[in-house]
Amino acid sequence: MSQRGNPIGEVILSVEGVSLAFGGVRALTDVSFEVREHEVRAIIGPNGAGKSSMLNVINGVYHPQQGTIRFLGQTYHDMDPHETALAGIARTFQNLALFKGMSVLENILTGRNLRMRANLLLQALRAGPALREEIEHRERVEHIIDFLEIQPWRKTPVGRLPYGLQKRVDLARALAMEPRVLLLDEPMAGMNLEEKQDMCRFILDVNDHFGTTIVLIEHDMGVVMDISDRVVVLDYGKKIGDGTPHEVRASQAVIDAYLGVSH
Amino acid sequence: MADSLAGLDTFPKLLAHHAKARGALPALREKSLGIWQTWSWKRFADEARAFACGLAAAGFKRGDHLAIVGDNRPRLYAAMCAAQCLGGIPVPMYQDAAAAEMAFPIQNAGVEFALAEDQEQVDKLLEILPQCPALKRIYYDDPRGMRHYKQPQLAPYDTLLEQGRAALARDPALLETEIAKGSGSDTAAMFFTSGTTGNPKGVVLTHHALIDRAAAAAELEGLSDRDIVIAYLPPAWIGQNIFSYAQSFVTGYCICCPESAETVMTDMREIGPTYYFAPPRVLEALLTQVSIRMEDAGAIKRGLYRYFMALAQRVGGAILDGRPVGAADRLLYRLGDLLVYGPLRNVLGMSRVRVAYTAGEAIGPDLFKFYRSIGINLKQLYGSTETSVFVCIQPNGQVRADTVGPAVKGVELKFTPQRELLIRSPGLFKEYYKNPQATLEAKDPEGWFHTGDAGYLDQEGHLKIIDRVKDVGTLADGTLFAPKYLENKLKFFPYVKEAVMFGHGRDRVCAFVNIDMEAVGSWAEKRNLPYSGYTDLASRDEVFELVRECVEKVNADLAAEPELAGSQISRFLILHKELDADDGELTRTRKVRRGAIGDKYRELVEALHDGRQVVHVETQVRYEDGRTGLTSADLKLRDAKIFSPAGAKKAA
Repeated sequence: MSQRGNPIGEVILSVEGVSLAFGGVRALTDVSFEVREHEVRAIIGPNGAGKSSMLNVINGVYHPQQGTIRFLGQTYHDMDPHETALAGIARTFQNLALFKGMSVLENILTGRNLRMRANLLLQALRAGPALREEIEHRERVEHIIDFLEIQPWRKTPVGRLPYGLQKRVDLARALAMEPRVLLLDEPMAGMNLEEKQDMCRFILDVNDHFGTTIVLIEHDMGVVMDISDRVVVLDYGKKIGDGTPHEVRASQAVIDAYLGVSH
Repeated sequence: MADSLAGLDTFPKLLAHHAKARGALPALREKSLGIWQTWSWKRFADEARAFACGLAAAGFKRGDHLAIVGDNRPRLYAAMCAAQCLGGIPVPMYQDAAAAEMAFPIQNAGVEFALAEDQEQVDKLLEILPQCPALKRIYYDDPRGMRHYKQPQLAPYDTLLEQGRAALARDPALLETEIAKGSGSDTAAMFFTSGTTGNPKGVVLTHHALIDRAAAAAELEGLSDRDIVIAYLPPAWIGQNIFSYAQSFVTGYCICCPESAETVMTDMREIGPTYYFAPPRVLEALLTQVSIRMEDAGAIKRGLYRYFMALAQRVGGAILDGRPVGAADRLLYRLGDLLVYGPLRNVLGMSRVRVAYTAGEAIGPDLFKFYRSIGINLKQLYGSTETSVFVCIQPNGQVRADTVGPAVKGVELKFTPQRELLIRSPGLFKEYYKNPQATLEAKDPEGWFHTGDAGYLDQEGHLKIIDRVKDVGTLADGTLFAPKYLENKLKFFPYVKEAVMFGHGRDRVCAFVNIDMEAVGSWAEKRNLPYSGYTDLASRDEVFELVRECVEKVNADLAAEPELAGSQISRFLILHKELDADDGELTRTRKVRRGAIGDKYRELVEALHDGRQVVHVETQVRYEDGRTGLTSADLKLRDAKIFSPAGAKKAA
């Protein structure tokens, strides 16, 4: 990561003392970390460490019992998914939440939904302003299709695509929102080596080209170490490490969490 | 062609002509961001001129080479013409070549200027930079991913174009004298041929050679500026270049560049080309796709398909050739066209194809007939880089699966006593670049090009290529023996995977056969014939009968060809193991190594020739992990019926 289009900037998103519990189960305990603009930030940890919960808190799906989230200078106690999307946070899903029966193009266009201004009637009539707007959105989507190299499948229903490609469509849809921060939930889960390499390249390209700040959860340690600037390590809902991949790798607490240690 | 091209002896002059005569008509189309973007001839000419001025300002001089690495892109074609405007020589290079393979052509041609399509190609050029110190400028078309590259050699295409535009605005006549200086005898382009041995050779072609051949073929087919071509094969290959550059410049037709290699099928459906070229492997892949999708179709559709394809096999070719066909069949074919052939052509993107060519290797007769039977005018041609492609073309109405047609206007053919084909044509190459030795070997002082291909002209003057000269032999009685020709004929049967012929210096031709495990396997399953594996299946009497039928059909075919009737296959065996590259029996590109196989199985070859009925063999095989093992089997040797030339008429 010697060269990049956008140097790492100020803190854009910070999580401060967040605790989340489901009944008696403590998913997150007093977790704090920050994300700087234009960086690739990874959240890692063993199964059940609370990674997805963390993402869901940032995204506004879960509401923490304690703690605050500061995004672009605004402080939130909890966020609402619609609000976070409007504020510029987009995400992809571990288990893909695409519309299987719709084409790739339509799926990506749904990512533009928040930015559509014309009302339903104008859109239905394909009246002047709505048509102009649609052309703009389509152009934006076409740039993303070109960027992620999914031209051959524009008209293909998403359900007929191989898994690796569906993941790419999911990423494309998130990008269509033109987010400031992109949350990726295990973008490489279930992929073969080649698909993983492709996905890594796309993530780095997105970060470099659009300057999008990226927060990702990933199991594949090789991938995490290769593409992230800084890593947060969670274990049993607590933060046990935070630093560059090199620092994290050397940390005894992290090694213990991953290799197991007798308690 | 409506307009006269007299005096227009170079490509830049042709471009200027089209910009005037049909400035608003499309010259190039490219699908970009999902929309077909059109370049008119005027735009094409403006772009080429501006880029030429930019190149000139950067120090590109008459006689310099411009390496062009990339796919079919309008700007790359514009750059090709830009170099020619300045009297320079474009050298298109294969976009899928490895960096190491690019070093030789660049060193050989002393390339100083290169245009790369994108980051991938730039990376390769930068990699070989240490070996190619002469290379001083690398321009790139697509800036994606390039902004962190700080090498001093690099500059975007756009920058050069802007510089050129500015220069042109100051002095609009800047380029005119340079263009006027060019003449037909100047070098127009250089194409590197992939030599099977040693380094590739740079084939130098003049404007005159390319334009003359492009025009001759265009005249034969009546091509005009209404035609449309889709450019999807590598532009570094002369075949693509002549269709997407030379012939477009001669006729003014439009070239369409697909969005990416994966979208060619869709793009072709959208564009509907009228003039199309595909090597046999592409046609084969298309047919396979169709067959697979038909298997999944409902029973009614499958039934319709089967019925009408049988009809098409019977009368489709004849209808296309304008030969007489019964009224009932004609009517049925019309119905089939409505229900099956038309939709099928549409799916293939060939609804509007008037002329389609295939070349490059032998095409199976069934494959060839399939396309013709559904009404696609697929024809064969013969040519090579050294001949500016067009040597022989099958004219409409004279199309056959096993010849490549008569010589195109302007071409002379003759044969050496060894049957090597010699060609003299206005389209011949000037020389191999900086390789007088190779030039001398290929082109004799009287101007005949030695092709290395063996063949002959049949009774109607159609050229028939049978083999490479070095592989052609004779039987003991002097009869011509063309092993590859026979092997191909046998391999066109789906049941035969590989065939190896032996006969040079012997009194008859004998064959080794490898059955196609998949095809014969499913054939056996349909007949409830149990088998445990390849060796077992290959030793079945039923399978021998099946192969014998194939061999005898080949013999019947051969009997109809006076030159080759004497080399019918008299005996064959089915090998107990599949030929494998790991055992040194095939090359890595899966061509049979006849010599090596002959040595390894000497005993079998002898047994075939001396008439034994059974022979016991033990063969060492090498497994993928490097271990070796032995397989042994009792091989049966079988006779096949030989047809006398008179009897063949009946059988065929």
